[in-house]
Amino acid sequence: MTDATATLSNNNVRQVGGSLLVLDERTKKRNAAEARFRRMGQIAVMIGVLALIGLLASILSNGLSSFQQTYIAVDIHLDAAKLDKSGNRNPDEIAKVTTFGYMPLIQEAIKKKMAAEGISIDGLNAKAAAELISKEAPATLRNYVLSHIDAIGTTVPFKLLASGRIDGYYKGRVTMASAELDKNVSPEQLKLADELKQAGILTTAFNWDFFTAPDASDTRPEAAGLGVAILGSAYMMLIVLVLSLPIGVAASIYLEEFAPQNRLTDLIEVNIANLAAVPSIVFGILGLAVFINYAGLPQSAPIVGGLVLTLMTLPTIIIATRAALKAVPPSIRDAALGVGASKMQSIFHHVLPLAMPGILTGTIIGLAQALGETAPLLLIGMVAFVREYPAAPPEGFFDPASALPVQVYNWTQRGDPAFVERASGAIIVLLVFLVMMNLIAIILRRRFERRW
Amino acid sequence: MNDATMNNALMSNVKTTTKADVMTESKISAKNVQVFYGEKHAIKDVNIEIRPRSVTAFIGPSGCGKSTFLRCINRMNDTIDICRVEGDIAIDGENVYDPKVDPVQLRAKVGMVFQKPNPFPKTIYENVAYGPRIHGLARKKSEMDEIVATSLQKAGLWNEVKDRLDAPGTGLSGGQQQRLCIARAVAVSPEVILMDEPCSALDPIATAKVEELIHELRENYTIVIVTHSMQQAARVSQRTAMFHLGELVEEDDTDKMFTNPNDQRTQDYIMGRFG
Repeated sequence: MTDATATLSNNNVRQVGGSLLVLDERTKKRNAAEARFRRMGQIAVMIGVLALIGLLASILSNGLSSFQQTYIAVDIHLDAAKLDKSGNRNPDEIAKVTTFGYMPLIQEAIKKKMAAEGISIDGLNAKAAAELISKEAPATLRNYVLSHIDAIGTTVPFKLLASGRIDGYYKGRVTMASAELDKNVSPEQLKLADELKQAGILTTAFNWDFFTAPDASDTRPEAAGLGVAILGSAYMMLIVLVLSLPIGVAASIYLEEFAPQNRLTDLIEVNIANLAAVPSIVFGILGLAVFINYAGLPQSAPIVGGLVLTLMTLPTIIIATRAALKAVPPSIRDAALGVGASKMQSIFHHVLPLAMPGILTGTIIGLAQALGETAPLLLIGMVAFVREYPAAPPEGFFDPASALPVQVYNWTQRGDPAFVERASGAIIVLLVFLVMMNLIAIILRRRFERRW
Repeated sequence: MNDATMNNALMSNVKTTTKADVMTESKISAKNVQVFYGEKHAIKDVNIEIRPRSVTAFIGPSGCGKSTFLRCINRMNDTIDICRVEGDIAIDGENVYDPKVDPVQLRAKVGMVFQKPNPFPKTIYENVAYGPRIHGLARKKSEMDEIVATSLQKAGLWNEVKDRLDAPGTGLSGGQQQRLCIARAVAVSPEVILMDEPCSALDPIATAKVEELIHELRENYTIVIVTHSMQQAARVSQRTAMFHLGELVEEDDTDKMFTNPNDQRTQDYIMGRFG
C-alpha cells in the first residue's frame, strides 16, 4: 500500500495507457479538492442558515407577545357630579377636568366589580386594586367623554388596558417572586389579577393598538404603539419613491444611453459607485446641515427624512437601473433604430419596458434599505418622542413624526423591561414590511419579465 | 447611357416607379468612403455604384469590412462612438452624411434586416405596425391593418400568422422571425433594404424561403445583402462585390464574378483557398 502510493506520487504525470478502472493520483487529488470545496460551501451555507434561524427565533420569542395585550373589562359610571359640576354640559368646562379627575371613577368601578363578583384580597386597598389598570386609562376615558358629552351620567362598559406589570405577569415577565421586590406591583395585585381572570373580567386579546397607537411614556409600555412610526415611515417612503425613482431613472438613462464617454462621465460614474458605499450617518449630517440648518426645514419631519433617504437611495437605484439597461440586448436597439425610430423612441418604446423588471427591483430594494435606515434619521431629530399623529399629506410631511427603525432604537433605550417586548414586536412589523416589499419586487419582476 | 435608359424603360414596365429610379443609373453611389474605428482603418477608399431594383451581394472573409460598409449606408454606425466615416455615400444623389440629413429619416428610406432575427418582444402585429406608427403612415386603424397585412404578405408570412397576429413575435421559429423582421422593414415603405447576413442563423429550409423572398422583393426594392455563403450570393444576387481587408477588391455581375473574376484574391476566396 505505502509502496504503491510512493511510486505514484513520484510520478505526477498521468499514466499513459493506464486502466480506466484505476484512479490515478491526479484524479484523486482533483476529486478530493472538489469534495473539500463542496463541504466548505455547505458549511458556509449552514452557518448562514443557523444564524438566520437564531436571529428570527430570538426576535419572534421576544416580540410575538407584543401582539397580545391584557385588557380589563369594567363598567364605568361617568359621574356627572365629578365631570360636569355646573351641569350645563359645556364642553369647555368638561375639558378642564384633567385625567386626575377620572381616576376615582376607575377606582370606583373596580371596587364595584370586585364586590359584584365577591372577590376580596387581604391587604389590598381600593387604590392598589385600581393600579391593575394602566395609567393610560384615565386619558382614554377623558377622550371618550370629550367626544361623547351625552354619555355623562350613564354607565359605559370599557375594556381598559391592564398595567404593564399585570400584562407582563401573563407573558411570563413578572412572577410572584419578582413582584415581592418590585415597587410597581405587589403579589396581592397579581392575586387579584388571577381572580379577575377567572371571573372573565381580565382577558387577553389581539393588540390592534400596537399598530395604531402613538408612542407612550417610559412608565406606560402597555400603551406604546407604532402608529406614528408607521405613518412617518410611510410618508418618508412616499417621498423617497416620488423623488428617487424619476431622478434615478432619468439620470441612468442619460448616463447609459446619451452621455458621451469622457473623463467627466467616468468621474461621475466612479462617484455614484462611491456614494453607494458612503456610511448612512454621513447622509444624516448632510441632511442636518443642508435641509435643516441651511434650508430651514423643520426637525423631526418626514420631509427631511425623505430627502435624506432619497439621497441615500439614488445611487442604489442608478446602479440597478444602469445594469438593467445594459442587460437589454443591443439587437433590440438596432431593430428600433433600423425601422427609423429616434434614439429617444427606441429607448422609451423598447429598451425601458425590457429594463423595467430590473429597475423596479432595484427601486424596491433601495426603498427597503431606506425603510430600515436608522442612523441618518437620528441626526435629523426623528428620534424625538412624538405622540401627535402627523396630518395628512402634504402638510403632514412637515409635522414631527417618528420612523419604524428609530422607534425600535428608541424603545431599546427605555428602562422598563416591557419595552424589550415592544421593540422586538416593532422589529417584526419592520421585517414584515420588508418581506412584503421584496415580495412585491419578485411579483413585479415575474409580471414584467419577457423573453427576447 | 443607352444601357441605362433601356434598363429603366424595362423597369417602368414592371411597376410604377419613384422619380429617382428613372433619373439615375445607380441607387446608391459611394465615393472614397473611409471608415475608422478609433485608430483602426476599417474601410479603405471604397467606391461602388449599386443599381436600383437589383440585389447586390457583399462577400469576403470575416472582418473584411463588408458589414461595416453596409451599416454606413443607413448610418447605423452613428451609434458607435468611436466610429468615423469619411467620403460620400449618396442615395439618389443625396449624400447621407450631409449634416442636414437626419439619420432617422434616412433609416425610414433605407431599411435593415439583421444577422440574428430580432423581433421586438411584442405581438406580431405590433412588430410590423411599430415603424408605420412612429412615421405616421396610417391615420386609421383600418389603414394600419392594411399596412400590416400587405407587409406580411410581401414577407411571405401572412398565411402562417394571419390567425395569430396578437401572438408574441418572439414565439415564432427562427425563419419566421427573420421574415417578420423583413416585414417590419418593408412596412415603412423603404426604397433600399440592407440585409446583414440574414440567413446565418437559419436552417437550410428557412434560408431557402428567405432567398425566395429576396427574389420577389427585388422587383420593388434595392437590396444589398452581406453573406458568407458563396452559394447564396450566386443564387440571389445580380451584382457581387468582394471585400478584403477593408478594400473593395472588385465588383461585377455575379455570373462573371463566380466564373471569371478579374482579381486573383476573388478567385482564391471563391475557390475556398482562404477566408
